[in-house]
This record gives sequence, C-alpha cells and structure tokens, in this order.
Amino acid sequence: MKRRNFVKKATLGSMASVIGADIVFGAVLPEGYKPLALQDPDPFKMFNKDTGMEVLNDKPWNIEAKAHLLDDKVTPNKFMFIRNNGLIPEDIDINKWTITFDGESVTKEKTYSLAELKSKFPHYTYQLTLECGGNGRSEFDPPAKGNQWTVGAVSCATWTGVRLKDVLEDVGIKDNAVYIGYHATDVHLSRDPGKEPISRGAPMAKALQEETLLAFKMNNEDIPLAHGYPLRLIAGGWPASVSGKWINRISVRNKVHDGTKMTGTAYRVPCNPVAPGEKVKDEDMCIIESMPVKSLITYPKSGAMINEGKKLDIRGHAWAGELEVERMEYSIDFGSTWQSCPIEKPSNRLAWQHFSASIDFPKKGYYEVWARATDSRGTTQPMLLPGWNPKGYLNNACHRIAVKVT
Amino acid sequence: MQDHAKFKQQAKAIYRLMAGLFGLFIVAAIGILLLVSNPDWTQKKITEVEPEYVAIPEQDDFDKIENGIHIRTGLKEADGLMAVVNNCTNCHSAKLVTQNRMNEERWIATIRWMQETQNLWDLGNNEEIIVNYLVTNYPPKNKGRREVLSNIEWYDLED
Repeated sequence: MKRRNFVKKATLGSMASVIGADIVFGAVLPEGYKPLALQDPDPFKMFNKDTGMEVLNDKPWNIEAKAHLLDDKVTPNKFMFIRNNGLIPEDIDINKWTITFDGESVTKEKTYSLAELKSKFPHYTYQLTLECGGNGRSEFDPPAKGNQWTVGAVSCATWTGVRLKDVLEDVGIKDNAVYIGYHATDVHLSRDPGKEPISRGAPMAKALQEETLLAFKMNNEDIPLAHGYPLRLIAGGWPASVSGKWINRISVRNKVHDGTKMTGTAYRVPCNPVAPGEKVKDEDMCIIESMPVKSLITYPKSGAMINEGKKLDIRGHAWAGELEVERMEYSIDFGSTWQSCPIEKPSNRLAWQHFSASIDFPKKGYYEVWARATDSRGTTQPMLLPGWNPKGYLNNACHRIAVKVT
Repeated sequence: MQDHAKFKQQAKAIYRLMAGLFGLFIVAAIGILLLVSNPDWTQKKITEVEPEYVAIPEQDDFDKIENGIHIRTGLKEADGLMAVVNNCTNCHSAKLVTQNRMNEERWIATIRWMQETQNLWDLGNNEEIIVNYLVTNYPPKNKGRREVLSNIEWYDLED
C-alpha cells in the first residue's frame, strides 16, 4: 500500500533505462517528484472502476455509477460509487493497524490490533445497501451545494467483519452511552493534521444492531483502498457517511456525537418541512437516520428502442433504509396507471431487493417507464422531488427510463 | 590476476559513480528547468504534497485555454478566472466549483463556511472578483419540481 514508494521505484526504473545506468542517488530524489506520465492518474485504473463510471470530483475523489451499471444483484467493486470527504490515507501498514475504543461512556479505554479483532470475535457476512445521503442531489431546485450526484451513489455488496456490538460488549460501555462516533486516518483537504475530513456515527440502537459491522472484507476480498481498507464501519440502510472508512478509533459518547459533518447542514434536514430555498436555523435541523424507500431500473439502459409488438423486460432493485420493500409498481403512462410487479425478499435485512416485469406497449411512440417502491409502513416513492432541504439530501423520486416503440 | 580483478572492480566502481553523478546531473537539470520555466514550482510543491498534482512545467501549456475553457481546471474563461484558479483550487478540485450553481448570497456563504471551517484564507480584494466570476458563469438554473429526461442516447435493444 505504499503507493508513493512504488511510484518512486517505478520512476527510478524508468529514468534509469533512459540514462542507461542505475541512479545511485535516486533515494534522495525530491519526495513529490514524479515523471510527467504519472501526474494525471487514471482513476478507473487506480481504483479498478468501470470506465462507464462518472467522475464528479477528483480532489477529493467522488465517482458515481449509472443506473444500468448497477444491474448485478451483488455490486462488484468496479461499479461501486466512491464518496470521499478528504484524501485517501497513504502508507497503510496492516500489521500496525489498531482500533481504540474511548469516549465518556466506555468503562475503560481499550485498543485492539487488527489481528486481535479478527481472531477474538465471530465473523458475520451480510449484503448491505449503502446509499450516499446526497444521492439525487442534482435534481433539487434551488440547487444544493456539493457533489451533484444523480442516481448512482448506491451499492449493495457483501461485507464481512465482526459485530460492533460484540466488540462494544468486550470493551464495556456505561448505561449513559448515547452515540458512537468514528475517527479515521483520511487526511483533511487542507492537510491540516488538526482537522478531520469526517467523523460521524450513529445512536447506540443502530450501533448495537446485528448487521452493524466492523468490516475487513468486501465481496470476500480485502476491502479496496478507496472503500476503507483495512477496516471500516458498515451501517446498512443509513446514509453511507455513517459507515466510516479507514477507522482507527471509536468514541462511545454520552451525548450525540459532535464530530465533523454531524452539525450544521451536513447530513441533516429540516425537522419540519420547509419551502424550497427557505433559510433553516441550525436548531431546526435534524440528523438523517434511515434512508427513504427507493428503487432503480437497472435494465434496460435508458434510451432503448424496440419494435412494435415486442415485450420489454425490465428489472432492478428496491430498498427502504431500515425497512423492507413490500410492493413494487411501474407505470408507462407518466404515472396515470400503475402495474404491480414481483419483488423478491432481501437476502438478509438491509439488503436491496430485486424486481422484474415484462411490459406490453399499446402502440408506437415515446414512453417513459417509471418505477416506484412502497415500504413496509406503506410509504411510497414520490413522482416529483420530495421535500427541499438546504443540502439536497434524500431525493427518492421515482426512477425513469426513456423507451421508444418503433 | 588478482590485480587485474581488483582493477576491474575499481573501474566498475568509478563507472557507477560517474553514472550516478550523470543521473544526478539530469535530475538537477530538470529541477532547474522547472524552476526557470515556472518560478512557483517549489512553492506549489510545498502546498501540494499530493503527488498527482505537481505542476506541469511548460508555462505555455500550463494555463492553456481552448474553446473558452481553462484546460487545467475545466473552468470557463472569463473575467476573474485566474483569481478563482489561484484561490479556489488549492484544496479541492475545480470540479467542485463547476458542478455547482449558486446565487451571490450562497456563493458568499460558501466562502464564509470555507473560511470558518476549512482553513480558507481572507480573499481581500479578490473576493469580489471571485464572487462576480462565479455568479456570472455558474448561476442557478431553474429546474422546477422535476426535469424532462434529457441527453438520451437512443439504441436498438436486441433480444
């Protein structure tokens, strides 16, 4: 994981071949010096992402999928969105990696090495939906500040790790514990070591759920660097920012965690609905917990043209934060009528569910297929944008694809 | 025979030293070229340790503009461009600017937030120039409650 050293060696090697000799004093080359060819890194190669992914931001890296790239039932790394708040940590040494439990509400501060964590507690594997709180932000009006995610900041991979609750039990927590807050080794954009790019968390009830993991594997392999190697928190169904990456410390707090991006407008929405563009006072903002019910048509890709008389097979996934999706429907007449279609049970709690349908079109023309899911409490996705909020979170408006029958 | 081997070894050592010095000379030459063609280079290096962002040495290409776009950052060419480049792309990518659309009040609020929490410096007289650039080139666009599907790439769906 010593990328810099690797690059340095590669540099020396290539320079040596130009010069025709070893560069004896290569070791004293300036730290930041790199050959021109390596100055503009290819994020798709660097992160093993499909080239169809969309780079929204390269400092920090923020990359999203498109609906049709998310067709797999279990999301592979190449189609998994990246949302970073700071710079990816460098020089990770897993033999020296530790995680410390501290805070007002631990009975005693305790530190585990990665090896201890893996050997001391039973391992569990779950398929868990992670969606960025700001997925769909690009549709809000007035526009909300931040990375302009469209639909692709969601994934559902399998994660393997130990239960946070098992570890917290071993650490010992006091009755007054309210919240956990994570700390990690990523670097603030300003490179100020006194600043954390992000330090969020969850109330104890979420921290103690069976599916809340300290994960070290994704899809049965080491977690890719961009996704939190070697250790990350996974809290499925909540804004993905709760699932901290590269974590080395968890504070058990006797109050709501007040780390970076827990306050102000970050990952918070007005407690009561507001008019678009309205100013909202800090004290009137509430932390986002479960993500809302939502779905995506992952096949076919928008823009499909079919011949008249042909059926169109569609499929996709639906999820509902802490809840389960109970009903799935689609419309081909801009929401005037809706047809039910089968929705599978999740592989485990907090995993997305799959739907499919075969559609007949009555005549030639331009159509849009709209999909909407309903959760176990009877809440359905809206057809228009849901409640406006200052940072453009929680857009779960129904997904639409364009189809032409010719 | 011994002496011969020893001589060979010495010759090899001298050769290595010469090659090393030559290598060092090349590195120094590149360094000087960088410094001459772009005096800010060393300063850039201090603030931008992230290796991917080392300045490109050719001054001519460094701030190249093509079709009204500043190639290095993707920002639109207009009054105030370089003030934005120099003040707003040190910590984060220009993509964070070009993705966003805000009015004057909200661009200023964003600058204040960066000054209060993200170590952004006092922009002095540049603040007005920067805000004017942003409001003129990246103003909000009315989208209503739901936009029409656009940029559809039509294709024949085969069975």
